[in-house]
Amino acid sequence: MKLPFKGVIDCDLHLPSPPTTALLPYLPTHWRDQLETRFIHKMNFQLTSYPPNSPLTCREDWRAKKGDGESDLDRLRRQALDPFGVDIAVASLLHGAIALFNEDMAAALCSAVNDFVAHEWLDPEPRLRGSILITGQNTDHAVAEIERLAHDKRFVQVILPVMGDMLPGKRQMWPIYRACERHGLALALHAGSTYRFPTTGSGWPSFQVEDYIANSAGFENAIVSLLSEGVFSECPNLRVICLEGGFGWLPTLIWRLNKEWRGIRQEVPWITRQPGDILRERFRFTLQPVEVPDAALIARIIGHIGSDDLLLFSTDYPHAHFEGVEALPDGLPEALIRKITRDNPLAAYPRLSGGASANQPEKAEQRS
Amino acid sequence: MNVPLPSVTSAQKIGIVDCDIHPVQRSAADLYPYMSQRWREHSEMFGPHIRQGLTGMQVYPRMMAAGQRADSYPAGGGPPGSDLDLMRSQHLDAVGVEWGMLVALSKGGMEERNPDFATVLSHAVNDWQRHDWVAKEPRLLAGVVVPQEDADFCVKEIHLRAQDKAFKQIIISPRSAEPLGRRRYWPIFAAAQECGLPIGLHPAAFSGGAPSTSAGWPTYYMQEHYAFCTGMQGNIVSMIFEGVFEQFPNLKIALIESGFTWMPAMCWRMDAAFERMRKEVPHLKRRPSEYIRDHFWFATQPMEEPENPAHLPEIIEWIGWDKLLFSTDYPHWDYDDPRYCIRFRMTDAQRSMLFRDNARALYGLP
Amino acid sequence: MTRQLNRHVIGRADDLPPGSRKLVQVAGREIGVFNVHGAFYALANRCPHGGGSLCEGFVTGLSISAHPGKYELVREGEFLRCPLHGWEFEIATGQSYCDPKNTRLRTFNASVEHGAELVKGPYVAESFEVKIEEDYIVLDL
Ligand code: FES
Repeated sequence: MKLPFKGVIDCDLHLPSPPTTALLPYLPTHWRDQLETRFIHKMNFQLTSYPPNSPLTCREDWRAKKGDGESDLDRLRRQALDPFGVDIAVASLLHGAIALFNEDMAAALCSAVNDFVAHEWLDPEPRLRGSILITGQNTDHAVAEIERLAHDKRFVQVILPVMGDMLPGKRQMWPIYRACERHGLALALHAGSTYRFPTTGSGWPSFQVEDYIANSAGFENAIVSLLSEGVFSECPNLRVICLEGGFGWLPTLIWRLNKEWRGIRQEVPWITRQPGDILRERFRFTLQPVEVPDAALIARIIGHIGSDDLLLFSTDYPHAHFEGVEALPDGLPEALIRKITRDNPLAAYPRLSGGASANQPEKAEQRS
Repeated sequence: MNVPLPSVTSAQKIGIVDCDIHPVQRSAADLYPYMSQRWREHSEMFGPHIRQGLTGMQVYPRMMAAGQRADSYPAGGGPPGSDLDLMRSQHLDAVGVEWGMLVALSKGGMEERNPDFATVLSHAVNDWQRHDWVAKEPRLLAGVVVPQEDADFCVKEIHLRAQDKAFKQIIISPRSAEPLGRRRYWPIFAAAQECGLPIGLHPAAFSGGAPSTSAGWPTYYMQEHYAFCTGMQGNIVSMIFEGVFEQFPNLKIALIESGFTWMPAMCWRMDAAFERMRKEVPHLKRRPSEYIRDHFWFATQPMEEPENPAHLPEIIEWIGWDKLLFSTDYPHWDYDDPRYCIRFRMTDAQRSMLFRDNARALYGLP
Repeated sequence: MTRQLNRHVIGRADDLPPGSRKLVQVAGREIGVFNVHGAFYALANRCPHGGGSLCEGFVTGLSISAHPGKYELVREGEFLRCPLHGWEFEIATGQSYCDPKNTRLRTFNASVEHGAELVKGPYVAESFEVKIEEDYIVLDL
């Protein structure tokens, strides 16, 4: 169904990956030279998780028409912001730099992408919020990038692929989470893999659709990792936003972890309350793709999860999950829609908690 | 969940089929009567050769008594699951097992890297199940353990054992070298279908090459244990999307010890992805959830324990009461006692299906 | 006192030194009697979680952590870990550590009394060798 009111917060929206030449002005001279002389600037850095022409990567009617002269920004406004009555959209640019093994080149490109986003998207379009893209393979680079951009309050989260260089709970990753917590940035885990490891525990499947389905397992193991390693003992205020991984699998995750914890908590004695309770407090999940088939089942799943605070509205634009502007499952009760489109997102992101008109940060600041 | 322990349920009166019992060798020597001198020597000199950094123990050491019920160690020595008398008194008799399906995970060659040794182990473990267990205890039934990476051998061994009524299913490792739907494994499915034996998939402790998660190796057993679920999911998705069930319309799969509550959500997820991506997999004639409905069964242990026990039967409704197989996982630490592990109401019909009838139908038991 | 009616002598106190335990059958029930640092406690030998023979589990302490990666075992000898799924129970109270509100084990009163006092009671278990000068463990059921 359509959104019944305007002023929603879209928590997962994607900016198109620019031609690499567009990043050159944002790169230090060494890397600009490297890209140009190695012809890397002619390469497109498209992630294998999102092959450009796949029916999932972009809805057919949202694809750019060659030669129509419309700018990327205008297209985004016309297709993703205006029709859904978006007040705030938390945008990310899932750039393929994160899949490189050269961690210095990856970090330089991530910085360029972040500056590109700030100048080309956040400056002209006040409804957009940004995600700081980092490379997870080098914590020093990642923390430096967060520190470099933390002053810009339009960045509301730090983003990593859910299947990256290591399970996200690993202690090597903690400096990143400390930086997030220090600056009130959420940690966003987005569907997708850098393909450091096979997408299943039995190796590589044959088809792209299998990799896409495997994202839920990726999220489950990532969450189990963050919880069992004790990340929330270290960073009790860290908020983790799980993007595009679904939520139908949450009840099993909560039940199993709670049961497991009772029997084998001595292995992870820093967990001093039910892992499911920590999960309900610290993790949030975006709506699209809604796999749960109808509103009645969604209500049951929310009942099994034991909280309706966890879902955040998303279109996942331009990934293809619904037709027209029917961004909500049919029959969702209005009170729940209000929660997931406004209340939950505002509560989820420390940097959005300024109030309802967070799209006008100045006003929000005056009020507080 | 205030623990008014259910009084002993009528499970016992029904007589249950336990779909997950682990027999274990006292030592490798238990298999020596069933292998040649050349391989006995190999076993003694070289031992198993698997894909992890420790031999003779797990790299994720278990929490409770090496992963066993601490009370299942036989008084006379030997590991849990190696003493038939104790298995009888502590488990089969105590909880009223009518049929017990053996899942012989130990030393069956499923993860052995030496391909010839793998086949020798497989053949020996199948002989051992036959002579040391089923012949002595008629309530027990065997599963043909085969090393899935050697499909040619698997086919021979399956055809050989299928003539023996002691064998009711085929056991292969879901920690295979590649996802199980890949075509290299299809000869196994063909043999299974031809012999009318279901395939039982039980999580394995040892990797077939890939880390247990798609973001690498976990740190703790708590994580590794969770990956039993996600690891199984990858295989199911693979079998469905590769078209295994288009090719083998009578193939039946029992998922053992990998959870069942995630299955409805996985069906929804697969169907939604299929909807968008069907052009990539035009060989699929039906929605993924329909293959699940027709080809998969689910063993119950470890039973989930939601804060509200009534949530569990809701999930079972979505899966179908006819698809659950009761299992205990004896003698492992997360054993489900049939007298206590069901914390929600069932009708008599549901109880019979869950504890006995579904398994009888799947495995063709009297 | 009616409680007096259900008193059972289960053994000599000095047969059960600190850190040891004894499994007894009393009135058709299996009960584990524990000596924890000199104090006696008795628990039903049936785990409230799933029926495990709880009193045969490991007697241990409590693993706690000030911070991930820091481990400490405290209150050694005061906890019992079920041999099945490993849930931990405080021996003194029968309370589950992870779920103290909802999961509680049946506890019984175990005390040490002078043999001299016991022989006066109406139900001294005759099968026990009562020695006046010894102390006995008595179970209230
Ligand atoms: S039966 Fe004791 S912990 Fe489960």
